[in-house]
Amino acid sequence: MEPAPTRKTAWRKGLRNLGRHRTALVGVGILMAVILMALAAPWLAPHDPRQQDLSLRLHPPGWAEGGDPSYPLGTDQMGRDILSRIIYGARVSLAVGFIAVAISGTLGVSLGLLSGYFGGRLDDIIMRVADIQLAFPFILLALAVMTVLGSGLRNIIIVLGITGWVQYGRIIRSEVLRLRSTEFIEAAHSIGNSDLAVIWRHLLPNVISSAIVIASLQVARVVVSESALTFLGLGIEPTIPSWGGMLSDGRDYINTQWWVSTFPGLALMLTVLGWNLVGDWLRDSLDPRAR
Amino acid sequence: MSTYIPRRAWQALLVIIGVSAVSFFLIQMTGDPAALMLPMDASAADVAQFRESMGFNDPLYIQYGRFLGQVLQGNFGDSIRHNQPALEMVFERLPATAELTAVALLLSVLVAVPLGVITATRQHTLADGLGSVAGLLGQSMPTFWLGIMLIMVFSVQLEALPPSGRGGLEHLLLPAITLGTYSMATTMRLLRSKMLEVLGQDYIRTAQAKGLPERVVIYRHALRNAMLPVITVIGLQVGAMLGGAVVTETIFAWPGIGRLAIQAINNRDIPLVQAVVFVAAATIVTVNLATDLLYGYYDPQIRFTE
Repeated sequence: MEPAPTRKTAWRKGLRNLGRHRTALVGVGILMAVILMALAAPWLAPHDPRQQDLSLRLHPPGWAEGGDPSYPLGTDQMGRDILSRIIYGARVSLAVGFIAVAISGTLGVSLGLLSGYFGGRLDDIIMRVADIQLAFPFILLALAVMTVLGSGLRNIIIVLGITGWVQYGRIIRSEVLRLRSTEFIEAAHSIGNSDLAVIWRHLLPNVISSAIVIASLQVARVVVSESALTFLGLGIEPTIPSWGGMLSDGRDYINTQWWVSTFPGLALMLTVLGWNLVGDWLRDSLDPRAR
Repeated sequence: MSTYIPRRAWQALLVIIGVSAVSFFLIQMTGDPAALMLPMDASAADVAQFRESMGFNDPLYIQYGRFLGQVLQGNFGDSIRHNQPALEMVFERLPATAELTAVALLLSVLVAVPLGVITATRQHTLADGLGSVAGLLGQSMPTFWLGIMLIMVFSVQLEALPPSGRGGLEHLLLPAITLGTYSMATTMRLLRSKMLEVLGQDYIRTAQAKGLPERVVIYRHALRNAMLPVITVIGLQVGAMLGGAVVTETIFAWPGIGRLAIQAINNRDIPLVQAVVFVAAATIVTVNLATDLLYGYYDPQIRFTE
């Protein structure tokens, strides 16, 4: 009888899995490109994303007639280079994505652990709050809170972070409920481990893989939500180049200057696709039940 | 089953009360709702008088009690901008959103179910490949981008469909497709994975061994069992769609509560915002409750053991 697979074996198997999983490779490739784009923006972007030149406004992409090859994707209504703004926009999207997910992940996992482990009243209250939060259409809740708190990068990260905990909370909670009655938890208790020690040393490592799967899928959600909020006018300040803002700008020009909205949207879609692919692969390879 | 219904209904009621509390406290969060509701150049005396007349100086729990009482009577106050009862305005526009959501949901299910079945039964073939890619793209496409692209292609280039407003079938098509795509993709992918699970079960083998025609095996046995969790997800999609409606209605100038919410938020029209948020949340809670009850009815594990 071979020994039960440890967590390390699961990770290693997962990584080997990646080589065979073509779609996941595509996802990882996309993400690495986006992350690279964000990190190397100052060197990659051909122009300053904020530099306005009204004499150059609304030029078509480099390859089309009337286009200037030094502005490969065209210019927007202020004469700013679209390619450069897309490259810099990646920074905003990824920053919001990572930070907000870190916040909601920490919050959600903690609450899920507490809720599942202690049960009783605490569990009831936490789950009730989750239900109430889920009852609100997310955009409306975020919009209402942003109206009150004001818009801007910092507030959007806070709102997205705090409202995102529920997805983690529920799943982590059910995992903890399942693990609570297992033998090794009983054993940990009988040795005299305090509640905190059991949670920290035994439960947490086991729920981390689920949390990671949820987190990767959540980044996609957060990136889209941030753009939607910016698109609706209550997100990032218009001075910072962001994909949602670019889409909103382009709305007035869809009749003839199609490029202003199309390219940022493509960038968004590809990024989300990348996260979805990676999240799917993570879920398939880390899920013990799938074996 | 006898305890299931009352328990779920009671939970739903608790959630709605919680929702009302959140709607109420939304305006308390700034610290001074009077300053929020009045124009910027109002004098300090005006603000103070407004605050007194609206009862903002009373202790919070009294204000909340008053709010709750008014809500139960259907009174959310008058919209500041339009001088019309806020709830009335919401109900005026609710049918438009309901129409859009219903058609979007219908379209998404009509496409997702056949696609889900086909990709599951013809796994690893071209049909599966194409279908799965469509599903992935559908889930990754931001709703507002899809809407803009559709307008560009169908309204601007082809001049086949109108880009905005509510009217006949041709006005419904683009917004409904925009709103329904994400839901369609999610449902299709879920159905596919559930079908694959079910198709691997022994009782399917038995059915096939019995010599039952493929169609009967797929539809009478596999699909039925795979659909149950999918129905729950479809019910939950309604909630997601109410959120998506906010963006879709804005892009297509569709006169529903989503667009009303945006306008109210831009105008800082607090009573109207409260009314919209409350109605939206109450709708979602009700739909989720109905979905739960439906699920409880059809899932024999719940029906016969509770």
